[in-house]
Amino acid sequence: MSVSILKPGLLSSLQDAGRPGHAALGVGRAGAMDGPAWQLANALVGNQGGEAAIECTLVGPSLRFERASVIALTGAVIAAHVGSQPIPLWTSCFLPAGSVLQLGGMTHGCRAYLAVRGGFDVTPVLGSRSSDLHARIGYEHGRALRAGDVLPIGAAAALPALPAGNDLRPLHWSLDPQPWFDFDRRPLAMLHGSHWSQLDKASKQWLSDGSFVLSKDSNRTAGRLDGHVLRLQAPLELISEAALPGTLQLPPSGQPIALLAEAPVTGGYPRIGQIAAMDLPRLAQLRPGDTVCFHESTLDEALTRLAARQQRLTQLVETIAQRLEHP
Amino acid sequence: MEHEIQFEALAEDALLLRFGERIDVDLNAQVQAAAISLRSRIPELECVPAYASLLLRFDPWAWAGDDGQHPHQRLRAVVSATLRDRDQVTVASRELIIPVCYGGEYGPDLEEVAACCGLDVDTVIARHTAANYRVAMLGFAPGFPYLLGLDPQLAVPRRTDPRQRVPAGSVAIGGSQTGIYPEVLPGGWQLIGRTPLRLFDVTASDPSLLAAGDRVRFRAIDEETFRQLLAASPG
Repeated sequence: MSVSILKPGLLSSLQDAGRPGHAALGVGRAGAMDGPAWQLANALVGNQGGEAAIECTLVGPSLRFERASVIALTGAVIAAHVGSQPIPLWTSCFLPAGSVLQLGGMTHGCRAYLAVRGGFDVTPVLGSRSSDLHARIGYEHGRALRAGDVLPIGAAAALPALPAGNDLRPLHWSLDPQPWFDFDRRPLAMLHGSHWSQLDKASKQWLSDGSFVLSKDSNRTAGRLDGHVLRLQAPLELISEAALPGTLQLPPSGQPIALLAEAPVTGGYPRIGQIAAMDLPRLAQLRPGDTVCFHESTLDEALTRLAARQQRLTQLVETIAQRLEHP
Repeated sequence: MEHEIQFEALAEDALLLRFGERIDVDLNAQVQAAAISLRSRIPELECVPAYASLLLRFDPWAWAGDDGQHPHQRLRAVVSATLRDRDQVTVASRELIIPVCYGGEYGPDLEEVAACCGLDVDTVIARHTAANYRVAMLGFAPGFPYLLGLDPQLAVPRRTDPRQRVPAGSVAIGGSQTGIYPEVLPGGWQLIGRTPLRLFDVTASDPSLLAAGDRVRFRAIDEETFRQLLAASPG
C-alpha cells in the first residue's frame, strides 16, 4: 500500500508533531508549522493522532494512490481535484484505487495538510517522521518530497471498513475552518523578549503599532520581517543562549527574524519578543509579501488562550472520532 | 563562586535559568551540574545547556497547580529548591580523544591561522593538541560541540567569506572557540584539520558522540591513519 509522488509541488514534506527531547544534542523539534491543521487532518481520516501528513507550501503536489484510500485536506485554501472532480477541504474523502490527486495553488494561506488514513509510514528518526529540512533529519535525510518518491501507508487502526466502489465519496459533513484558519490576518500576540527593554523608543513603538512584510527569504526555519529597521539603544554583545520557535530575534541588520518550527536550538542575537504559541499557526499561514503586525500580550494571557484552544481542539478531535465511528 | 540564578520565562513552555553572561569554564560547570541535578530529580523536564544558561522545556498543563497556580511560578519554586539541595558531588565526566589530521586539504586554513597568531604551523598543532577542552554545549547543527579551553594564543577571527560547504569532521577555530562540524554545513570558522570520527549518527542509540560536560582532547594523526580510521568507522 503506497502513494507515489508524481509532481512535488513547491515544497512538500512529511510532518508530524515533531521531535521534542533532543535539543541538548543540537536537534530541534521541527514538525508541522500549523499544528492544529495537521492534527485535524489526521482526525478527519480517523488516525490515532501522531501520524505523519504531507505539509504543502503555496503549491501542492500531485499524487497517485495505489489502493483505495481516505484522505483529508486542511490548513490553507488549496485547489484539489481528482480528474475533473473538486475535492472538498476540512472533511474526508474516499478515493478509489488508482486515483490521482492533483493539488494546485492556494488562494488563502501558505500551508495545507494532506492526511491519509493509516498515515505516511516512513521510518521514524529520533522518534518522529517529521522532515527537518534545515538539520537534514527525517525521510531521506530530511529532504522535501520529489517526483518518484513512493511513500508507504500504515495499517489503519480499528476503523470502519472502506466503502467499496469506484466513486469519490466525500463525507456529508465538514469542519468550519473559521476557528482554525485566520482569514482576517489579525495581529499576532507577542510577549516581551529578554532584550525588549533595550530597543530604542521608536522601535518599541513600531513593534507594537507598526507593521512588517514577510520576506520571500522566509522558510520553515525563520520568517524574515522586512520594511522597518529596529534599533537597540546600544549594541549588545551576547553569548549563545537557547532559541525557540516563536522567538523574535534582532540581528545587526535591524530586520527582525521570527524563528519557526525548524529553529536552531541556540542563537546569539538579541531576543526582542516571543510570539505567543497560540498564534504561531497563524504566522505559518502568512505568505511572503503579507503584512505582519503584533500586539503586546502577557504570559498569563498567552497561557489562557493556549489552554482554551487546546481544550477546543481536544473536544473537536473527540467529536470527529465519534462521528466517524457512527456515521 | 555560586552566582544567584536569574529565572526568565521565555515562552509558555520554556523557562531560562541564567548563571551569568560570560563564556567561562566555571559558569559552564555550574550549568552542567544543574542540568545533571534537574534531569535526575525532575526527569520530565527537557534540559538544554548553553554556555552560561540552562533552558527548561516543560508541559505547562502538568505544572499548573490545582489551585490555579501559575505553572512557571510552580516550576521555578521546585527548581530553586532542587538546586539548593543538590548534592555537592563532582560529576565524573567522560574524556574523549579526537584524532585529527591537521593541515593540507584537511585543514586548508591552518597556515593562515598560524600566520595570524604569529606562530609556526607545528606550534599551532602542538598547542591545539595540548589543551584540555570541555564541551560547553551542542548547537548550531545536530551534534556540533562548542568547546571551551582553546589556548588564547590560537584565537583568530572568523572568515570574512564563510564557506557554503564545510566538510564533515572539520575541526575549526572561530574567535576564542573551537568546534567540530559533524556534517557538511555552511560555516565561517577557520578549518585547521579534520577528524575521521563520526560525530552524529541518527541511527545510533546515542546519536551524538559528544555531550555537554564531556572533556575532550585532540590527537594529531597523519593522512594514512586518517584514511584507515575513516574506512573503519561505521556509515
